[in-house]
Amino acid sequence: MAYEMQFQPVLNYAPDLIDGTVTTLVLASQSIALGVILGGLGAIGRTEGPSWLSIAISTYVEVFRNTPLLVQLFLVFFALPMIGLQVPVMVAAVLAMALNLGAYATEIIRAGIVAIPKAQIEAGLSLGLSRFQIIRHIIFIPALMIIYPALTSQLTLTLLGTSIASAISAAELSSAASVIESKTFRSLETYITIALIYISLTFMFRFLYWIIGKILFHRKVVTSKNVVEDPLLTGAGA
Amino acid sequence: MSPIVELKRISKSYGAVKVFEGISLSVKPGEVVAVIGRSGSGKSTMLRCINGLERIQGGEIHVAGHCIKPETKNLQELRLDVGMVFQSYALFPHLTVRENITLAPRVVKKLRSEEADAVAASVLKSVGLIEKIDAYPDSLSGGQQQRVAIARALAMKPKVMLFDEVTSALDPELTGEVLKVMEELAAAGMTMILVTHEMRFAENIADTTVFMHKGKIWEEGASNELFTNPKTPELRGFIQA
Amino acid sequence: MIQTFSWDHVIFLLRGATWTLSLSIISFLVGGAVALLLAPLRVLGPSPVRASISGYVQIVQATPLLIVVFLAFYGLSFLNIHLPPLFAAGISLSIYSSAFLIEIWRGCIQAIGRPQWEAGDALALSLVQQLRYIILPQAFRIAIPPTVGFMVQVVKNTSVVALIGFVELTRAGQLLNNITFQPFAVFLTVAAIYFCVCFPLSLTSKYLSWRINVAHR
Ligand SMILES: Nc1ncnc2c1ncn2[C@@H]1O[C@H](COP(=O)(O)OP(=O)(O)OP(=O)(O)O)[C@@H](O)[C@H]1O
Ligand SMILES: [Mg+2]
Repeated sequence: MAYEMQFQPVLNYAPDLIDGTVTTLVLASQSIALGVILGGLGAIGRTEGPSWLSIAISTYVEVFRNTPLLVQLFLVFFALPMIGLQVPVMVAAVLAMALNLGAYATEIIRAGIVAIPKAQIEAGLSLGLSRFQIIRHIIFIPALMIIYPALTSQLTLTLLGTSIASAISAAELSSAASVIESKTFRSLETYITIALIYISLTFMFRFLYWIIGKILFHRKVVTSKNVVEDPLLTGAGA
Repeated sequence: MSPIVELKRISKSYGAVKVFEGISLSVKPGEVVAVIGRSGSGKSTMLRCINGLERIQGGEIHVAGHCIKPETKNLQELRLDVGMVFQSYALFPHLTVRENITLAPRVVKKLRSEEADAVAASVLKSVGLIEKIDAYPDSLSGGQQQRVAIARALAMKPKVMLFDEVTSALDPELTGEVLKVMEELAAAGMTMILVTHEMRFAENIADTTVFMHKGKIWEEGASNELFTNPKTPELRGFIQA
Repeated sequence: MIQTFSWDHVIFLLRGATWTLSLSIISFLVGGAVALLLAPLRVLGPSPVRASISGYVQIVQATPLLIVVFLAFYGLSFLNIHLPPLFAAGISLSIYSSAFLIEIWRGCIQAIGRPQWEAGDALALSLVQQLRYIILPQAFRIAIPPTVGFMVQVVKNTSVVALIGFVELTRAGQLLNNITFQPFAVFLTVAAIYFCVCFPLSLTSKYLSWRINVAHR
């Protein structure tokens, strides 16, 4: 063995770890909120919209699902200033992450919408409900219930994906790691610590999804498993 | 008495495929009309045109003072006056029986929730399921679900009710309870148009029976007359089969 | 010196892309081999084995790939093993792939219902024989579309090792961006190359799963 593992030097940088964790949480929650809204709009646009809109949305979906998040991040961060849009690091990171999540969420949510039996939508129509009321009262909850496992595993991937933002020096956990590592020279200990923080955050988020599921679906609770049943739908990693 | 439902030479096609052409039908208030015919003869399609679930390509439909033409866009007013019950029940699985029934009264008619609850209780009593008011659909039998679906449609106080093979998905021993509800509804004076495979029910309950064949109304008449004394060989063959 | 993005640079990117492909193939094959062994054990093994495999999957899937890459990188040097970055990259990507493939294939094995097992029992086949002749062939068939779909993720995941300085496609793009200052041209080309690899895989996966669904009707 080259040396004994020592965590104390790493833990001396607790304030940096906490700052990094907070930034990661901010980054993740903003990206998730924006990405899910984008996905919802995308899914509705694809199923209800005119065909040109539907084609535009599926192009967006395919482009973002078939290129790496890191490259998307570089495009947003380095390329937007070229067309005169100077975006701060955090904004670039949230934008890239949200666009990426939005693409996956569009497909996931759409799968939920089309899984609702046609007769239920027709029942809504014949009761005089408007398209919007049908989405709101008849489609929303059952569709969300169907896709909940896939959607929440995708959200977990977005949480973990925030680590990529260290590539443009967003001051989140992974950046904190490289700072601490360069000061302590305790690389392995630093990354083990960071990994443990990410693991705790992931389980915390899963617990949160479980609670939300319990509130939304009064009855059958769909637990958010880490199963990625269909990698075509959900991503995996970057 | 002037008709409450009137189809005037309506035609329907899917792309190049014609389902029917030039169909006319007139239904008086309180009349019960049974629609029979072979699979694929266009029964469901005709029924679905009456509340605008299918767009027509020609002719016009008058229902309770509303008019549907091929170009008609706004169907909501019309649908408030026409209730429909489906073969597959189509209850909303995430809502209780009460919520299934009160949804449309609350969000469409903007009833207050006590008013909507009162309506739910009264329609549920009429289908004999008041004790299931807080149950979820998947805890009910098929027959019970279909009765709730009827109650849900009735809660909007429609002037006309459409039924599309509402007993076809049910086990034989459960069809009776649903047919009984429909019979009571007919006796109470509801205008009803029903597509059915239950010949005896059509014969006994419907005032008029319509036989559809090859995209046309092939034969039409008072039920007792039509079943005992079919005029066309096609209807004779259909009844005997 | 600032250079203008040119055809030579595209060649440079394509050379990076060959590393992306090599890494993808290595991590898919190694991760796949591990998962092939562990997925059946995850379903059928004795409960401590099932629990440990499940724990492994849970932990890997709760850790960012980037951190797994760093852990492999520094873990190896901690063990005094000094290998080129290619190995750290290959190992971490394989670990990551294995965790996801175990989950995908576990789902496929579990999708084969009890009656099939019971039919095997009725024919007096041993557990291994039931797996070999009845369960795995069927699981294999339904596993193909999601596995092809997962390859897309494998290819995209390799981009992360750019952050430890391994010159694959994304890193090549970063280097070019530093000398050309033409991020649009550079990263759009990079994205286009990834897309040309990933999109056909996505389409294939979609087609295969459509075919299975049609056959089931
Ligand atoms: N969405 C559609 N697209 C194309 N053709 C359709 C569509 N819906 C129905 N059809 C065709 O229209 C014809 C009439 O169908 P319809 O469902 O009205 O028949 P039906 O008399 O109700 O039959 P059944 O007793 O089987 O319910 C059939 O030939 C059917 O194939
Ligand atoms: Mg029909």
